[in-house]
Amino acid sequence: MKCLSHRLEWREVKGGGELIADTVLHHSNELYYRQRVPLRLGTVRLEAGPTLLVHVHDDCAPAPSRVRVRAHLDRSGHAVLMALPHEDTPNMADDLLLREMTSDPKFRNVLITDGKSAASQALTRAMLEAGADIIWLGVAEPWKQAPGVDALAELSQVSIVPLDVTDAKSVEELAGTIGGKVDILINTAELHRTKGIADQGTETARAEMDVNYLGLLRLAQAFGPAMRARAAEGAVPATAWVNLLSIHALAAWPSHGTFSASKAAAFALSQNLRAEMRHAGIRVINVFPGPIDDEWNQLVPPPRLAPAALAKAVITALRNGIEDVYPGDVAQDIHARWRESAKALERELWDQ
Amino acid sequence: MSAVLLRELAGALAAGGVRVIDISQTLSSRFPQIVLPPEFDQCAPFRMEVISHYDERGPGWYWNNLTFGEHTGTHFDAPVHWVTGRDLPNNTTDTIRPASFVGPACVIDCVAEAARDADFLLTAEHLRVWEEQHSRIPRGAWVLMRTDWSKRTDPVAYRNFDETGQHTPGPDISAVRFLVQERDVLGFGTETIGTDAGQAAHFRPPYPCHSVMHGAGRYGLQCLANLDLLPATGAVLIAAPLKILRGSGSPARVLALAAGMEK
Repeated sequence: MKCLSHRLEWREVKGGGELIADTVLHHSNELYYRQRVPLRLGTVRLEAGPTLLVHVHDDCAPAPSRVRVRAHLDRSGHAVLMALPHEDTPNMADDLLLREMTSDPKFRNVLITDGKSAASQALTRAMLEAGADIIWLGVAEPWKQAPGVDALAELSQVSIVPLDVTDAKSVEELAGTIGGKVDILINTAELHRTKGIADQGTETARAEMDVNYLGLLRLAQAFGPAMRARAAEGAVPATAWVNLLSIHALAAWPSHGTFSASKAAAFALSQNLRAEMRHAGIRVINVFPGPIDDEWNQLVPPPRLAPAALAKAVITALRNGIEDVYPGDVAQDIHARWRESAKALERELWDQ
Repeated sequence: MSAVLLRELAGALAAGGVRVIDISQTLSSRFPQIVLPPEFDQCAPFRMEVISHYDERGPGWYWNNLTFGEHTGTHFDAPVHWVTGRDLPNNTTDTIRPASFVGPACVIDCVAEAARDADFLLTAEHLRVWEEQHSRIPRGAWVLMRTDWSKRTDPVAYRNFDETGQHTPGPDISAVRFLVQERDVLGFGTETIGTDAGQAAHFRPPYPCHSVMHGAGRYGLQCLANLDLLPATGAVLIAAPLKILRGSGSPARVLALAAGMEK
């Protein structure tokens, strides 16, 4: 820095520093900020060296004081920096600006699209612990036995609703009933079979695409507009859309070939969804787990991701405003290798 | 003679002396389809997506694209559906003789038995008792097992699954053998989701109705409705599958002609 060289390297630093000045902005010529004034701003000298212009959390003591600076995406999807109190304060997450840049489940109404899966049931419990108000659990084909749904249905905040993402009418009918109230939509609907592409027929592949890809499209068409419209509503606006994808959306898994292809399609669609939702300020969060510990991964060697760990990662992402989540060791490992060399990873996965 | 007969029939249809009774379920995504154990490939459920609805996708017209398996809703089973009938002549929806799509119906009332026991099995003995009360089952007849199961409008009750599997009534092997070997029937029809009972996978032989009926070149009808509106004997069924090349079955609009005025 000091020698003015442009050969800079990315390096992670701790956000600790000192708030050296702060002020409150009461007027802005920019539309985005006009809606948000008064806005507390300040300058922070990081221990790592640079001095930054940042948003200042209301609980920070007046300058000079110790703070932590964290990077966030604001409602429009832009990266911003925010100074938080040096140590956590009670109800720190309730700060208006911080709440706007994150999607804390507290007080929120949540739709989880497939109540039958282990991941969804773990998510339901985690959402309740995180203070969600109402949880709607979608259930398709109610005539098929679904362990665990009955126990959740007894909880007062949980409502079981009919939802089959392969059926446009079912999706539209549910959107017509609760579409104007969903603050966080978590799409867990997933069909997973273990077919390589050399296996006979296309029916399984088609069924996987119908749930994993077209299901997301149907949900986006039915629930997207109302969520966008409610993104600036009052104290508890619509805030986030979570997709349960797979780490194999990034790199194909030949023994689960048709499944990974359908997840790759869903991943591509979710990027378009993010582009469309961004203008309104709805965050699209993509979750890329490795094999989840469920019945369709019985033959996959450990480690497999526990549904509870997946749920915890989703809550953390919502609270911290993270867009892409790679929960568990397998996902972390594959993601790191993919970033290093997608081509090398493709070859390494050939025999899996 | 035949021309007179048809003229009389047309007259009776117009005057109401012959009723046309729809014994089909409505095809919709709400009506449950057959579910195999998850390791097997599944029958696609009935789904309807709008092509246009007098809107920017087509301003002057409304129409839909449909997807469904051959064995969805009220449907016809051709002999080729089962491995026992795979090598028979004229065993597919496009090659079955059209005359086979029209035939007399015998309706066996099993309502009380099915109400008492969801796993009720119709036996050859029941059929003999029925014949004593009514008449001998004629050659080339449809034999329909009436259980009023179609009145279960809740899909959960209609499927009737518990942890041991599905519980719906059907015929046992003695009834099927009697109908095929001793009465030479056209086929067997039910109000439930299969021509076999819900537990028929565990029978010896498994799926006796599919296995023996189709093995003998006979047909099946399932998910029928309104059988309570038919007389025990005397109705004529019109049950034609779509003319699908090498099809193993198809949804069908099954109609019954019966004597008497419309209620």
